[in-house]
Formats: sequence, structure tokens, C-alpha cells
Amino acid sequence: MIELTVNGNPIAVPEGTPLLEAVRAAGVELPTLCYHEGLAPYGACRLCMVLVASPHRELVASCVYPVEEGLAVETDAPEAVTARRLALEFLLSRCPQSAVIRELAAGEGVTASRFGAPPPEKADELCMLCGLCVRVCREAIGANAISFIGRGGERRVGAPFDVQSDACIGCGACAEVCPTGAIWIEDRGHQRILHNWNTTVELHPCPACGRFFAPEPTAFLKEVLPETAELWGMCPECLRQRAARQWIEQDVVKPT
Amino acid sequence: MRVHTRSDLEKLSAEGIAALYPSRLKISVGMATCGLATGADGVYHALRDEAAARGLDLALVAVGCIGYCQQEPLVDVRMPDRGRVLYARMTPERARALIAALAQGALPAEGALAAIRENGDGSEPAKDLPPLEELPFYAHQHKVILRNSGLIAPTRLEEYAAREGYQGLARALALPPQAVVDEVSRSGLRGRGGGGFPTGRKWQICRDAPGAPKYIICNGDEGDPGAYMDRTVLESDPYSVIEGMVIGGYAIGASEGYIYVRDEYPLAVERVTQAVARAEDAGLLGADILGSGFDFSVRVVRGAGAFVCGEETALIASIEGGMGEPRPKPPYPATSGLWGQPTVINNVKTWASVSAILARGADWYAGLGVEGNTGTVVFSLVGKVANTGLVEVPLGLTLREMIEDIGGGGPDGKAVKAVQTGGPSGGCLPARLFHLPIDYETLTEAGSIMGSGGMVVMDEETCMVDVARYFLNFTMDESCGKCTPCREGTRAMHTILSRIVAGEGTPEDLALLEEVAVWVKGAALCGLGQTVPNPVLSTLRYFRDEYEAHVHERRCPAGVCRALIRLAIRPDLCTGCGICQRECPAGAIRGEKREPHVIDPELCTRCRLCHDACPEGAIEIVR
Repeated sequence: MIELTVNGNPIAVPEGTPLLEAVRAAGVELPTLCYHEGLAPYGACRLCMVLVASPHRELVASCVYPVEEGLAVETDAPEAVTARRLALEFLLSRCPQSAVIRELAAGEGVTASRFGAPPPEKADELCMLCGLCVRVCREAIGANAISFIGRGGERRVGAPFDVQSDACIGCGACAEVCPTGAIWIEDRGHQRILHNWNTTVELHPCPACGRFFAPEPTAFLKEVLPETAELWGMCPECLRQRAARQWIEQDVVKPT
Repeated sequence: MRVHTRSDLEKLSAEGIAALYPSRLKISVGMATCGLATGADGVYHALRDEAAARGLDLALVAVGCIGYCQQEPLVDVRMPDRGRVLYARMTPERARALIAALAQGALPAEGALAAIRENGDGSEPAKDLPPLEELPFYAHQHKVILRNSGLIAPTRLEEYAAREGYQGLARALALPPQAVVDEVSRSGLRGRGGGGFPTGRKWQICRDAPGAPKYIICNGDEGDPGAYMDRTVLESDPYSVIEGMVIGGYAIGASEGYIYVRDEYPLAVERVTQAVARAEDAGLLGADILGSGFDFSVRVVRGAGAFVCGEETALIASIEGGMGEPRPKPPYPATSGLWGQPTVINNVKTWASVSAILARGADWYAGLGVEGNTGTVVFSLVGKVANTGLVEVPLGLTLREMIEDIGGGGPDGKAVKAVQTGGPSGGCLPARLFHLPIDYETLTEAGSIMGSGGMVVMDEETCMVDVARYFLNFTMDESCGKCTPCREGTRAMHTILSRIVAGEGTPEDLALLEEVAVWVKGAALCGLGQTVPNPVLSTLRYFRDEYEAHVHERRCPAGVCRALIRLAIRPDLCTGCGICQRECPAGAIRGEKREPHVIDPELCTRCRLCHDACPEGAIEIVR
């Protein structure tokens, strides 16, 4: 175990823990947008800045800073607070319509931005480029269907050349991890439309009720993960009903 | 020939000496990109054709950069037993005249810049010419990294060998690897990419790091505007870099190296690729180098044009085929670099220094420069300075010696106001700090950085607010956009600066600018983002009066910012010659012949072409 102090309070965490987790374990909440415990730390949003006061004084992004023995961390040091507030102020200026960002900003005492509003064509921007969608698609799903495009102020996320992606399996993990709800996925009839990626995938119908539910490109999972074959074969609602019927038949529960 | 033993190396070196100092006339033309840009190619062909027409027997050689950009194209003529002379500002016509004179057996005086002492046959240098090393431009210089630049045909292995080439590697391979690391540590060499991390310590960390294979990387992704040190080394002396990498590989236990060169440097890519192939043919890359049992190979990787790939973790991501984006450190590349393996990544100039250090010894190198900042550093001295060029000096030289002595001060006697070191993310230091020595700590303390070696001189006609905006414009475009401070903060600083130069800034803007700059410096993810605010912070620190003039008085003291100046013709000086009228692209100047002209402020775009063209100096910039 590694021992350190957070705002003067000692805490011990396993080696390799990101400083952010140690701070949270000490009961101090920090805002984050690009951090996800299931993915490799990325250090892009810079919301989780804290001051390492000792052994060397340094402002660090706590999500990408591995804990070290004897660290003294101050989350409320003026420079750390200013750093978090400015990051939030800029994100607020980029995505004024995002309720999540407004709430995080308010939590740090930021309610307005001095850096103006986005141009009219981006007035509804919700993406703050945390990269969770890109990373979940690459690291967790292995599809690599989307990536960052452009650099600097032009940076955005998309499928290659903004055309229908052959790599996308339509799983929807991107929308699932997106912290600001910037990714719009719509199931319409037998199709799933991933609007942000200009991509449409076919859906597989439930053999029981006929409802379209599973993206066809995920069919390979039946071979790769045989234990999921049943899940893929029937929609969640029909699976639930079947289980309920079985339980009744087996007297596990009695209808009231 | 294959070079497998020390005696093979000696044979190669003897061949090289014969090529460097032939018994017939030899003409070397500086044909790195700098020379080619000023017409060296035409000069080369004129020399060749005229010599052929006259039946003059000569060895005509394309060498790399001779260093004195201001005087390009440069031609170095060596006549056995008659001396060696450097000719400047050569043109095809003058090249033909030169050949005509040489055919008569004379080294003509016309166009001669200096005598070169090193002649290979001990003949006396021409007495009526100043020796090259006594020219003010060369007087303070000490060439280590550029030791062969402009003196050898860049891809001729034998010429490199003739100038102590591969002596360092031969010596290193006879030592235990740890002793090689110690030698580099003892030399005091620090990373010449700008970070200044002790090279020996970096190697030691990598050598001690668990994991195999390990890798060597040469960072040749030089992207600073106005900087061309690495390009020149790669174009002019690629073997010095390759040899350094082999030494590094032996020291840390790596057998594979990568040279990452930006693709905007086609000649550097070509020469390095040729040199790697030639070294492979000779057995100086590949298996069992110099019979030592040590294997090392080098691959050349071309960058795709992102400035941020000069940052080591972004560069590594780029080699791996990923997007050129930095990742957080630690872990540092020395423990987890290319493909997650321990990797030493050093700059082109660092590798070129390593080969010299191993050849001549750590003590020799540690004797150059000053305590803690040993050795030499290369700067591309550019901007508003009389002598521009590639300059290599021992660390510890003062900025004044650099700018006034080597650079010759401002052009046309104008006063130098500031200097920017370290590229677009360096800071601007005012003339009153020119007594400072050039070393890593002093420059950082003063608010700038050593950087990779850009040195841009600014005179009284430079507006420091405009300069800050110019560099922010560059870094705004080149920010990868990954982290919030660099992406959003840089754009915000640029917006504020644009407001100020447009005469629309407010006093609150200055405070906001400073607040954002401090934040970006402290909170950005990588070295690029953390240094982006330097031009802003340093100009706010040293030239706040200029900012205040823009904001409070709506005035640009340097007379640069278009929104804040007006051009006017002084009737008492105007002769009505009409030159300004012809020059004006906006058609804003009217007037009868031989009568004073006037400028229509509505049409005038403040481009200042008339101001620069007026032979009478009658057009003034009203600030």
C-alpha cells in the first residue's frame, strides 16, 4: 500500500492507483469528464487538477498521476481551484447547452464564462472532446470505428471521411460512455442510425416478438462468446418474460 | 568497401582524405536547402558547364551548409599548393568568370570572402584575405555539431571517416556499455532538443529499465518557424547522427533505431536515407558492427507535418502509426517508450554531439562551455540582424556577443530591441538583458527557453504585441487539441491579442490574458502546451508599456499594427516622382507629376509598400 495525505488527511491505497482515485477515496470530490475507470487514463479535460505540495510543488492532473509514497496533495490550493475553474469556464463557453457541464461548473462556483459563446452553427455543441467514445471504441470494443479528426480548434470526432463506417458494429458504447449526451443514436424500424458517425447498421429481429433489437454486425459475438448466444437470440423483453414464466412454472415465485 | 576492422576504417579514412584534398582543383558548393534556396544549383551547373567547356580538370562537389546564410550561395575553392578561398554571393555569371580565372591558374580576389586555413597540404593561406575564423561572424564560433557541415560531401562515408568519423564508435565498442554511459554523463551533455535533460542520466535510466527490446530514436521533427539547425545537420552530415545513435544503442542495449524526420525536409530525408543505406553496405549498420558482435539497424520514418510530433510522446505515437498526440508523463519514454519499451529519444544535435564526445573524450567536451552547461549549441540566427546564419557557440556566451558580435547588430544600424529564443514557444527577452549568458537555467529564469535553437532578433520596428499574436497564431494552429488548456486557452489568448492589435483591447483584457496564460502554462498536458504562453508572458513582463499603449492610448509604438497607424506623405519632402503611386496596390495615392502626392486614408490598407519604396523617405508612419 502507498501512503499519502489528501488535504492533510492520511490515506493508503494500492500501488498504481491514479491519484484521482486516492483523492476520492479520501472523500474529496473532483470534477472529471474524460476519466472512466474502465479505460486507460487520458488526461485531456484537465478538470481534476490538484496541487502536489510535496515532495515537489506541482500542479497535476490527478487522473494521470500515479500515487507515490509520501505525496502531500492539496485539492483546495488556490492554483488548483483556479485551474479547475478556468477549465470549466472554457468548457462552459464551448458547450453552454450542456447541463452536465453547467452543473460541474456550478459545483466549482462558475456560473458564467468570460470567453464568449460558440458561433451560431455550434450553439448546441455538447461534445467537449473528452475522447471517451473514441477510447471505448478502441480499447474496450476493439472496433476502432471512430477517431479524432483535425487538430487544435478544428478537432472533432467522426468516422473516417465522415461516411458510413464499415468498422462500426453499432454497439452504442460510444453513446453509453459519453458524459454530455453528445452522441445521438436512434433505432428506427429495422435500422440503428448513429447520427454522429453518418452510419446506419441493420438490426436483427427478435424471433419471439419480431421487435428489432440487436445490431447485425454484433452477430460474431455468438461465436466469440458462446455464453452470450442466448442474449443475442432473443430481445431483452422476451428474455425477461420467458424467465418470469419459468419461475412461475417452477414455483419460484407465485403470481399475486 | 566493407568496414569490419580498425584497419578497414583507416583505409576508408585514407580514401576520404584523398577525396577531401585531391591533387587537382576542387570546388565545393554549399548545397543544403539554404544554399539551394539562393540559387546554388544554378551556380553548380554553371561551374560544371564552364569547366567542361574550358577543359578544366576539377573535382566539383556538392557539400552541405557552410553556415553564413547572409552570404549564400557560398563556393569554397581549393587549389593545391595555392590556397583555399571562400567566395560569397555567387551567381552563375560570376561562377563562369571564376572558372575563367581559375583556368588561368589564379584564385581571383573578386567575390572572395575569406581564406580557409585548413588546406590539407600546409600551403600558406592567401595573405590579402582575412582568415575565415577571424570574420566577426565566425570569431566566437566553435563547431562540434557542425564540425563537418559544409566541409564534406554529406553522403560520402569516406569523407566522414577522414574527419574522425566512426572513431567514437570504434572507441565505444572497445569499452563496456556502462563505461559509454559514464563517458556521456561525464561530458555533461544535455538534451539539445531544448529540454536540457542530462543525456547520460537519461541513458542510465533506460539502460537500467527492465524490458527488451529497447529502442533508440532520433528526433528530427524540427518545426519552429525560422529554425533549421536539425535540417542542416541531417542534410550536411548525416553520419554524425547515425554514428551517435549506434553508440547510444550499444550503451543502453538497443539494436534498433528510428530517425524521425519531418517530410517537409525532402533533402534531409533523401540524404539520411542514402547515408543509412551506405552505412549498411559498409557494415557500419547491421550485424556485428566493426567486428564487435553488436548489431544495430536504423529506420527512417517521415513525419506527416504536425508540429506537436516534435514532442517525444507524440512522436512515438506517430511512429507507432497512431495520431500524433502527446500522452501524460510519467511514464517517461526511458522506461516506457516506443511500443511500450524502454526508449532513448534524443534530438539530432544531441546525437551528433555524442559521436564527437566518444571520439575526443568527455574531458574535452566538458572543457567547452561553462560549469553545468558544457559543450556547444547551434542557433539559427535570423530576423532583424545584419548577419543571419547557422551559428554554433559554446554555452555561456552572452546574448550580446551572439547578437552584436556574431550577428553584427540590427540591419542598417537599427537598434535591436529584443530577441526570442527557443522557437514559437520561447520568450522575448529585451535588449537590457543581453548581458545574460546563454544557458538552460538563465534563459528559463528570464522567461524564455533554450528550445531547439531558434533565435529571432527583433528591432525597433517590431511590435511586441503583434509578435506575441504571431506566435500564438502558429501554436493555435499546431495545438493537437487534446487538452482543454492548450486547445481553448491558446485560442482565447489569440482572440484577446487580436483585439488588442486591432485597437479594441480593454484594460481588463490584459488581466484576462495574463490569467489565461498562467493557467495554460500550469495546466496543459505536454511540453508544447506548457510553453505556448511564453511569448505572451515574456512580452507582458518586459514590454508591458507597449501593451498599455495599445490599450490605453490606441497607439502602436512600433508603428506596426495596421488599425493603429496611418500613413502620410510629407509635402516638404515629396518630389512627386510617382513611385509610391505605382507601388500602391490599393490605388490609394493620388497626385500630379512633380507635385506632392497624398494618401487617401479610406483606401489605404496600411501595407507600407509606399513607405518602403519612397526614395526620399517622405512617407511617414503616424502612430
